[in-house]
Amino acid sequence: MSRFKNLFTALAAVVLGLLAGAVFMALSGSNPLAGFYYLFRGGLMNMERIGNTLASATTLVFTGLAVAFSFKTGLFNIGASGQMLMGGLTATAIGLSVQMPRMILLPLIVLAAAAAGALWAAIPGFLKAKFNVHEVVATIMMNWIAYWTVYYTIPAYFKGTFLETESRRIPALASFRVEWLTNIFRGSYINMGVFLALTAVIVIAIILEKTTLGFELKAVGFNRYAAEYAGIHVPKNIVLSMSISGILAGLAGATYYLGYAVNMQIGVVPSAGIDGIAVALLGANSPWGVLASSLFFGILHSGKGFMNAMTKVPPEIGDTIIAIIIYFAATGVLFTRLWERITRKWNKEA
Amino acid sequence: MHTLALIFPYAVAFTVPLLAASLGGLFSERSGVVNIGLEGLMVSGSFTCAVVASRMETVLGPGNPGALWMGLGAAVVVGALFSLLHAFASISLKANQVISGTAINMIAGSLTVFLARTMTGSGNVRIVLGFIPSDIPVLSGIPILGPLFFTKTYATTWLMAAVLAVAWFVIYKTPFGLRLRACGEHPQTADAAGINVYRMRYIAVVLSGALAGLAGGIILVTYSGEFNGNVAGLGFLALAALIFGQWKPLGILGATAFFGFAATIANVSQVIPQFSRIPGLLLKAFPYVVTLIALVLFSKSSQAPRASGEPFDQGKR
Repeated sequence: MSRFKNLFTALAAVVLGLLAGAVFMALSGSNPLAGFYYLFRGGLMNMERIGNTLASATTLVFTGLAVAFSFKTGLFNIGASGQMLMGGLTATAIGLSVQMPRMILLPLIVLAAAAAGALWAAIPGFLKAKFNVHEVVATIMMNWIAYWTVYYTIPAYFKGTFLETESRRIPALASFRVEWLTNIFRGSYINMGVFLALTAVIVIAIILEKTTLGFELKAVGFNRYAAEYAGIHVPKNIVLSMSISGILAGLAGATYYLGYAVNMQIGVVPSAGIDGIAVALLGANSPWGVLASSLFFGILHSGKGFMNAMTKVPPEIGDTIIAIIIYFAATGVLFTRLWERITRKWNKEA
Repeated sequence: MHTLALIFPYAVAFTVPLLAASLGGLFSERSGVVNIGLEGLMVSGSFTCAVVASRMETVLGPGNPGALWMGLGAAVVVGALFSLLHAFASISLKANQVISGTAINMIAGSLTVFLARTMTGSGNVRIVLGFIPSDIPVLSGIPILGPLFFTKTYATTWLMAAVLAVAWFVIYKTPFGLRLRACGEHPQTADAAGINVYRMRYIAVVLSGALAGLAGGIILVTYSGEFNGNVAGLGFLALAALIFGQWKPLGILGATAFFGFAATIANVSQVIPQFSRIPGLLLKAFPYVVTLIALVLFSKSSQAPRASGEPFDQGKR
């Protein structure tokens, strides 16, 4: 029953978000129906667009899983952007400086990016476990440290051929893009990351549902003190949960900067870090829910440019809709109550 | 001394909006509501101030103080109204306060740019001329103190000095402040003593929105002059300053001043010989690393409001 309740809450948030988007489109002097038509058409109209939607969704699956996983342990990882930056920086560094057969190089990049993300998340995790430093503030600080690390490292060691503000282009050997996939989707940004993301969804689902580790992590999330009383080592689980969350965000960085993009730019905080919160919330923190909501947000992301070209609606409407959906997801208790009222009535009549 | 006198006005200009936002966070957290949406509220204030001040400038003339003050006033009002969204979610609906705040940040970040693009086409809103820093007569002549505190100051700096004094007085010396703190420490007890916890928390969150809106406006009319969709993470820094300052007005003043100086030194390090030898990364990352260390050091003796972040449920004990 609770699964239906979650679905109902998520759908209500999406519908209200889209409605609010329609109001803003109308306010800006455009026809909302045309806006939405081009928004969804822009995300789905041909193989290239579908490929781009999947590529956007890939990053969101990783960051969404990262946020959702830490949520299960009662931790709010708002630092997915920073972990993503560090994963991306590590991946870029290896991709630009190591020469190896691709079969070894790509797994190496994946492992190194995962390790970098894990480290960047484990620090706030450790501070939380050992000193009870609030993970929200700690991860925000870590985000800025990552931001400035990238800002100074890229120009110093991996400076682009033309621009100071970006790295050199990633060689094809180190890129997650593969020819056959690019060909199927007619030159879109889609890359091997899409399979990695699907694997991550399955692995995280198994960890959470079928393992002792997942049980302990969730127990800590439900009630820290009860878990401790039951003999679960809480600090260890906090660090572990943050580390796994960081691994996922690190992988987002590797597949984004070496797959979706062709180089790493400085001075940009990847928006996927914050969007991951929206994805996790809408997906009710379940891995499969994250997958579904990533696809939905992927459409909004890849369709907004097309919509902007065809109508006068600014592309920020996509982000506005996502933001409003989060607000309604956060106030989901309204819809939960509504659902309970409906089902109670229905049960009474039956 | 000369170097100090040189960077002092910039550091103060950077500190003031941070102080405003952080004091806003203080009211909210002291009442028991975590307001991570400070960043978004600042963005909304900065946007509103840009729109109103630039419109009024075309009427009253570039840099007209009246136009700028109207912009600031509008920023306060919009910040306060916008924070009602957070108040409704986190107080009335007992939603997760961190998530609600994150939603506020995201709505402000995207909606303001959306509106700006609809209005100007570019997503940026620019005012012609902001406040011009001026020397205070007589006082600026005092040796040492004069050049530091009374030279090249903005009117908004003196406004914030007054706000800080009032905030301190309200929180510690008035019945309202006592009730506010009670709601953040033990809302059930406050409730039993006849205080309307919901109402107090609403007032506190709206105050935080007003101050954060003011902070965003101050950034615009002093050193930025242009709205471009964000306030460079200052809202989050204000949150860190709140913890660093241990939820006390004067502690916050110290923490924000620290951030103000650290950021200014990092920004001007290239042109000041004493600092140019330190790698830029160290200077830029310094405030954040120090904050993390400070959080660890304060963790044992944390003065955090006990009920901060917990929704108040009258039926619970």
